[in-house]
Amino acid sequence: MNSSSHSFGKSVFELLSSMRFAISLLSILAVASIIGTVLKQAEPYNNYVIQFGPFWFEAYEKLGLYDVYHAAWFLVILTFLVASTSVCIYRNAPNFAREMKSFREHVSEQSLNAFKHKHEATTTQTPEALAASAQRYLEGQGYKVKNLPREEGVLLAARAGSWNRVGYFLAHSAIVLICIGGLMDGNLIFKVQQLLGTKKIETRDIPQSQVPAISRLSPSNPSFRGSVQIPEGSSADVVFLNVADGYLVQDLPFTVALKQFRIEHYTTGQPKNFESDIELFDRSGKKIRSATIAVNHPLIQDGIAIYQASFADGGTRLNLRGWNLFAPTASSFPIEGTVHQNATLTSAAGDSTLEFIDFRPFNIEDIGGDAAARGNAMSVLGGSPVGDKKHLRNVGPSFQYKLRDSRGQAREFSNYMLPLELDGRWYMMSGVRDAPNEAFRYLRMPLDADGNLESFMRLRGALLDPALRPEIAANFAHQALPQNAWGTEIEGKLTHSAEQVLALFAQGGFQPLGKFIEEKVPAAEREKAAGTYLRILELAGFEALKIADRQANLPPPKADDATGWLVRDTLNSVSDMFVYGAPIYLQLMNYDEVKASGLQLTRSPGKKVVYFGSLLLTLGVFFMLFVRERRVWLRIKPGHALLAMSSAKHTIDFEKEFTQHAQALDSLTK
Amino acid sequence: MVGAVSLFAVSQYHGDLARMDEAFFLKYLISSQAAIMWMCALFGLATLTYWAGLLARSEFTMKTGSALTWSAVALGFIGLMVRWYESYLIGTDVGHIPVSNLYEVFVLFCLITAMLYLYYEARYQTRQMGAFVLLVISAAVGFILWYALDRDAQGIQPLVPALKSWWMKLHVPANFIGYGSFSISAMLGAAYLLAKRGILASRLPKLEVIDDIMYKSIAIGFAFFTIATILGAMWAAEAWGGYWSWDPKETWALIVWLNYAAWLHIRLVKGLRGPMLAWWALGGLIVTTFAFLGVNMFLSGLHSYGTL
Ligand code: HEM
Repeated sequence: MNSSSHSFGKSVFELLSSMRFAISLLSILAVASIIGTVLKQAEPYNNYVIQFGPFWFEAYEKLGLYDVYHAAWFLVILTFLVASTSVCIYRNAPNFAREMKSFREHVSEQSLNAFKHKHEATTTQTPEALAASAQRYLEGQGYKVKNLPREEGVLLAARAGSWNRVGYFLAHSAIVLICIGGLMDGNLIFKVQQLLGTKKIETRDIPQSQVPAISRLSPSNPSFRGSVQIPEGSSADVVFLNVADGYLVQDLPFTVALKQFRIEHYTTGQPKNFESDIELFDRSGKKIRSATIAVNHPLIQDGIAIYQASFADGGTRLNLRGWNLFAPTASSFPIEGTVHQNATLTSAAGDSTLEFIDFRPFNIEDIGGDAAARGNAMSVLGGSPVGDKKHLRNVGPSFQYKLRDSRGQAREFSNYMLPLELDGRWYMMSGVRDAPNEAFRYLRMPLDADGNLESFMRLRGALLDPALRPEIAANFAHQALPQNAWGTEIEGKLTHSAEQVLALFAQGGFQPLGKFIEEKVPAAEREKAAGTYLRILELAGFEALKIADRQANLPPPKADDATGWLVRDTLNSVSDMFVYGAPIYLQLMNYDEVKASGLQLTRSPGKKVVYFGSLLLTLGVFFMLFVRERRVWLRIKPGHALLAMSSAKHTIDFEKEFTQHAQALDSLTK
Repeated sequence: MVGAVSLFAVSQYHGDLARMDEAFFLKYLISSQAAIMWMCALFGLATLTYWAGLLARSEFTMKTGSALTWSAVALGFIGLMVRWYESYLIGTDVGHIPVSNLYEVFVLFCLITAMLYLYYEARYQTRQMGAFVLLVISAAVGFILWYALDRDAQGIQPLVPALKSWWMKLHVPANFIGYGSFSISAMLGAAYLLAKRGILASRLPKLEVIDDIMYKSIAIGFAFFTIATILGAMWAAEAWGGYWSWDPKETWALIVWLNYAAWLHIRLVKGLRGPMLAWWALGGLIVTTFAFLGVNMFLSGLHSYGTL
């Protein structure tokens, strides 16, 4: 019994210290690491559910694949690596230490003769004289030499490069140290607490102060890495640690207050620097210090490092104008919003919630630019390297919000404050998407000659107003027909068709029109019919604009190109409105910006250990790889000398050195 | 030499970027972009010359290959030096060492790989390996050309805040000594495997020599890659608040490192030699390339400074 457990322990020891096991570990670690890079880590769990479906989502969650590097099995691999390396050091230590000191002076002449690298020479010198000059030579080559009297002469035993072995100890202990340092900074303590049930992840979206003690970590927690967003003029005394699909609240031993957050820009508009002016207060409210932190310039307080990590909106107040997209008039209403807060929107279809998510004071966009400048061979071969060819431009502020209907369905919108020039004309842009992983689709609303949305809104209202339809259609038919057709049956027919086209368009834009054509018109004539209907719409649109302008007591629109485009763009825009997904458009009129700084706070006691380990690792690797361990023996008898040389690693350098020593011996013996 | 020409180039600017299109020397030879394109052309020529010399067993042709490689290195260096200066001409706040985006580091990669190779060439008195090593450099040159012509990537961009750090000057070059060395070892692995099969065997150096350079190259690469990774960790600690975040680029650096650690163990501890290690070194190129380029292309993370 005893002997079998003894041999079990021994074979575990053997396994751990075996090279094959070590290499397997390195490979497994590499493969495990790959998994974590292929699968995006620490995403919101919902994204995973969408990506994998409920079954695989759960399977992967059980395997810890959403946070591979903190999964239990990953830690087990690391532990094995530490164990294996330690055992390996333990096993080699006595041998290597002995080797480092030993001159292998007991080597027999016979075994020297059996060396692959040996060289013989005859000499007329006395053994002592030759030994003295050879010793000088070897010492000059960096060898430590021992002179041993032997029968009928001398044995010189020499070695060089013992630091190679020191390197082994340094590098391999370094691996152990680095892993230990890493574990110290990991979340092992929390994992244990979680297993014991004394700590629990918080998954609810509740105010920080209401998070119960079971999800809070005390200020004395030896290691953490968390983040917090502080709006200007506010302060925080906690940070949040993201864990799995929830978070933990880490209480801090001090309070951080943000006075100001600044972004500096390059002339091209790209951000150049982020800075926060912060003040620290102790728990009693006494000010400890004030400081400015920036990217790459953290501040350290009580062993906690404070980093500039990101920035966000801190609750900007937005002054908005809401446009009713489906109202028959150009009517708007004022509305106020604050980023990170909600507002209620009452309409005939029921209440919906406006959730203001974000505000961006600037947006750097790649505005296509002329294709000719791209890929211009001359500019590549010797042109200016000034990086403005990308047509990056600041297109001004934008804000983002979600509109959630009474059933809880939400769409996300992103509206620019300033108009954008596209194809030489100016538009207000509003982006919409159904899910966060989609790209925004844009509704572009044309501006009129005054740079306002009003003309578009008036025309849109008129097109959607059933009461105006007979008049628009009649005016259109009147304009479209030559004088001799006025009052005839043809005019009546045309008026009727126009009315029908307008009614279809008002139902859902181009789509119902297309469907109508498909149902009523034979395939061969559809294209022509579509062209005709479009033409009718455009001309009728112009009439509608005339009527709308008249009703607004404005002079009639000019019959020019600009008006033509306004009508065409409005038709497109109105058609898009039916899939825009909101009955209102929110136009940003002005804003009062409040910025927030994203800070990261860490306490990592393992860092020093890791750095020390890294130093040892560097030294160790250099010693191991670039210091070669060599041994030389010179057995001198009267009239005869035998040189033998050995090294654990045979390289060409070794061969060269051997040749050099052999030649040296020849010249010494001469 | 390089210093002198760079200084001459810099003097030609008279502190005005527009001179680039006027001064003859600048426009056609030593403005940064012109110099880099000359470097590309010379590397291409050097590759062809080395191969011609290898196939024709002509020592003289291969010497020409070396000379072309030296000139390419010189011009590449001038290009980077001048680019450094140009970046300050764009704006004193824009100026920075040209190792900050994918385009610049690819030039650096070509330079470092070529210089490491030239060192081995002198040390081992054998030029035949040039044909193989220059292939990898030519591939990088191909990428540079595509990146510049198709993606317009040669522009000097100001640094994002996270990159404005002294660590960058150390971390990036150290990394590229690693990448360059690993690439050389992979090409030597390929040469070894061909020679082992008798292909080109009579034209290539002895197997032991190829094997020895392959080992040396991996050893040097491993040492520098170790340092680079450590420097990267120290930088990350300062910029991102943690020395290790398991960001994809970091993780792939670890994978590369583990790969070569395993390689060294097998060779040095188990004493294994021969085709298996050559295959492994060749396979290492895939891992290295992915860490260098693939991560930027396919994975997103904190390191996304050079996207395609
Ligand atoms: C991440 C883990 C490790 C790294 C980075 C590492 C690194 C190295 C390096 C670079 C060498 C140099 C090769 C040389 O020139 O001698 C080496 C040698 C060696 N390693 Fe490791 N090693 C690791 C883990 C291990 C483990 C787990 C073992 C035990 C099974 C081990 C055993 C050895 C031995 C015995 C040598 C040869 C020492 C000598 O003879 O000089 N190593 N290691």
